[in-house]
Amino acid sequence: MSLDKDELARLIARDIPSGAYVNLGIGQPTAVARYLDPSSGVVLHTENGMLGMGEVVPAEQADPDLTNAGKQPVTELPGAAYFHHADSFAMMRGGHLDVCVMGAFQVSATGDLANWHTGAPDAIPAVGGAMDLAVGAKEVWVMMTLFTKQGEPKLVPSCTYPLTGKACVTRVYTELATFHITPTGVEIAETFGVSPEEIRSRLTIF
Amino acid sequence: MRTDITDARTAVAAVRDGDTVLVGGFGMAGMPVTLIDALIEHGAGDLTIVSNNAGNGDTGLAALLAAGRVRKMICSFPRQSDSWVFDGLYRAGKIELELVPQGNLAERMRAAGAGIGAFYCPTGVGTTIAEGRETRVIDGREYVLEFPIRGDVALIRAHVADRLGNLVYRKTARNFGPVMATAAAVTIAEVSRIADVGDLDPEAVVTPSIYVNTLVEVPR
Repeated sequence: MSLDKDELARLIARDIPSGAYVNLGIGQPTAVARYLDPSSGVVLHTENGMLGMGEVVPAEQADPDLTNAGKQPVTELPGAAYFHHADSFAMMRGGHLDVCVMGAFQVSATGDLANWHTGAPDAIPAVGGAMDLAVGAKEVWVMMTLFTKQGEPKLVPSCTYPLTGKACVTRVYTELATFHITPTGVEIAETFGVSPEEIRSRLTIF
Repeated sequence: MRTDITDARTAVAAVRDGDTVLVGGFGMAGMPVTLIDALIEHGAGDLTIVSNNAGNGDTGLAALLAAGRVRKMICSFPRQSDSWVFDGLYRAGKIELELVPQGNLAERMRAAGAGIGAFYCPTGVGTTIAEGRETRVIDGREYVLEFPIRGDVALIRAHVADRLGNLVYRKTARNFGPVMATAAAVTIAEVSRIADVGDLDPEAVVTPSIYVNTLVEVPR
């Protein structure tokens, strides 16, 4: 069976090393937080200026001064720290974050990431912190579906969408398989409900 | 210079037509809503606004945009589910957009406030953001040359000030406030409470008073 979104989030949470400082991108990656074992000592960073971010809370418990990067209300965990935006992004660029998890439109076989702009002429571009994370985090993991709704692969020889960063992605987690991007090429790490041979035959990167 | 303590309307009279105005906040957290409302009433136009987002809903920054006072937005994330005011102006060709990666937005203002002429930054290398820009390879890594963003006026929101203008913030509402406070010729801070001098723990002050020109108390 292929993985559903929650199972994929649980799988990523399992692979995050204990004690790691981690940034979870907006959208699907936010769900990874739900599956982190509190005893693992993983510390969540949010770009708007906090380490030690807790869970997303419903509106009635919201503190308007305490949000995640997606502007959702969150909690603060014991040991949390606040800092301003320039420090928050210095943490990224300076290589202090161990892992970030982001969504993507496309990832190339050499680890190029495209996740900020479809390139459509009428689209309003918005980049946020994606480019800063792409160049800064020690490991960039992508969480996405392996194929578009039209059945096109999203793990591709080279990205056709505008790039967010070059040669930055180290792992790709999808509902059908997980991949490690290495200097010598893409390796299939695990498959879910399909064989590695089938994955190879449906992609054009091997 | 002494820090003035005044009302929002008097404070924003410092803004002139054509100014670059730095506006704090990440979404609504840290957004100086009272100062923005006063700026709309004040009527200054042809403004360049530097802020992470380009307004939410129909109030605050979105209302300033809707009033036609903004010539250009410099921001990292204009497209949101509730950014219809900006979306409409942009699609109609009525507003200019300079899209800046979020960390560059912060660091370019930090550079302005710290007297740095320009800096090399790895963000955006190999992307359309870096096209046509000066790059340099340092120790085998490629960087893009980035220039400071200076404001004529900064409008920020903090939690508590003392009467000298020292500021403390609250949780993630801190966001761009401390950086913007350093990067503008005139910094106006909207705060929930103004305390007496000596009431703030000097170890806890985030923005020292030297960066703050005007305080406006807006209890909430």
